[in-house]
Amino acid sequence: METLNLFIRSIFIDNMVFAFFFGMCSYIAVSKNVKTAVGLGAAVTFIMVMTVPLNYLLNEHVLKANALVEGVDLSFLSFIVFIAVIASFTQLVEMIVEKFSPTLYNQLGIFLPLIAVNCAILGGSLFMQQKVAAGAITNAWQSVVYGLGSGLGWWFAIVMMAAIREKAQYSRIPAALKGPGIAFIITGLMGIAFMIFSGIKL
Amino acid sequence: MNIKNLTNPLSLNNPVIVQILGICSSLAVTVKMKPALVMGLSVMVVTAFSNLVMSSLRKGIPSRIRIIVQLVVIAALVILVDQFLKAYVYDVSKQLSVYVGLIITNCIIMGRVEAYALGNKPWDSFLDGIGNGLGYAAILLIIAFFRELFGSGQIFGMQVIPESWYIANGGFYSNIGLMLFPPMALIIVGCIIWIHRSLNKDLQEK
Repeated sequence: METLNLFIRSIFIDNMVFAFFFGMCSYIAVSKNVKTAVGLGAAVTFIMVMTVPLNYLLNEHVLKANALVEGVDLSFLSFIVFIAVIASFTQLVEMIVEKFSPTLYNQLGIFLPLIAVNCAILGGSLFMQQKVAAGAITNAWQSVVYGLGSGLGWWFAIVMMAAIREKAQYSRIPAALKGPGIAFIITGLMGIAFMIFSGIKL
Repeated sequence: MNIKNLTNPLSLNNPVIVQILGICSSLAVTVKMKPALVMGLSVMVVTAFSNLVMSSLRKGIPSRIRIIVQLVVIAALVILVDQFLKAYVYDVSKQLSVYVGLIITNCIIMGRVEAYALGNKPWDSFLDGIGNGLGYAAILLIIAFFRELFGSGQIFGMQVIPESWYIANGGFYSNIGLMLFPPMALIIVGCIIWIHRSLNKDLQEK
């Protein structure tokens, strides 16, 4: 039950985009049409499901106080370890996909390197670390669920945004607002809509 | 040349509202002006020094592995900043929480290293980093100014709207709670872009 709670919370209530602004750069840049948005969302979700649990295990068994050697607290290294895991994992996924599925590689090709610097991924790992400290995530399985939920939340957000922007092409927007200006305001309004969920107590 | 590196990013080539970079970690820290200022300065320091380091190393790094080298350099600088903030401004560091760590993935830093530092001399890159950091800090402070003023009636923690205006004290005014929520930051950025592009017509799309 607690795991389900965590899953739903991370998709709707603690949505990466609307509640924390994570991954906004690629969110604004790549949400011009639905097809590419779906591709990027899938890639982000996949990398998150993989890296959040990996970083959870590293956090539990290496970085935490007294985890590796009694009396040694390596938690100040967590930024560098997390980002190294994410960057090398992204590189690895890129190479595997290139080798085994060239079609998928061509579809995702341009996005894969971008993912290493998508704040949603690092943000997921850093929030996971906070949630471990607060006792909201207690085992590796829950960290998988948290990674999946956060990734799906980001995926939903970017696909919805792309759909709205496709429609918005036909509306008459003031010249100075075209492009990023209106994208920010739309995201703001979507964020207000998502605030409905924050009232839900699970 | 050098002066342009500093002044261009302030308005015409502003990293946030023109290049649309670094929005990720920027908006959440703009509820109050103090964390916004600290965040802006931290980003400025990291951008300037990562530009300096990467520009000095640019001839020795094979381009295939440059992303990972950049991330390591940036992450090391961010750890320094994080430890510094924890030591000297602990309360602000608590408010910024994970957003200090997210400076690593702030696209401004990667973007400037890729677009500028890898092809230019260290000193020019350093100035470019300072300029972009200042442009970023300026936007953060503008957003934080409106959010703090209307959301809690304060500027830098000082009450500027007279206490006697509030309904609780028999006045007519109350703070706009919505300003403290994330969506308003986005809408304010949208409005800043709107005003900025109305003034600079050549930035408009199509």
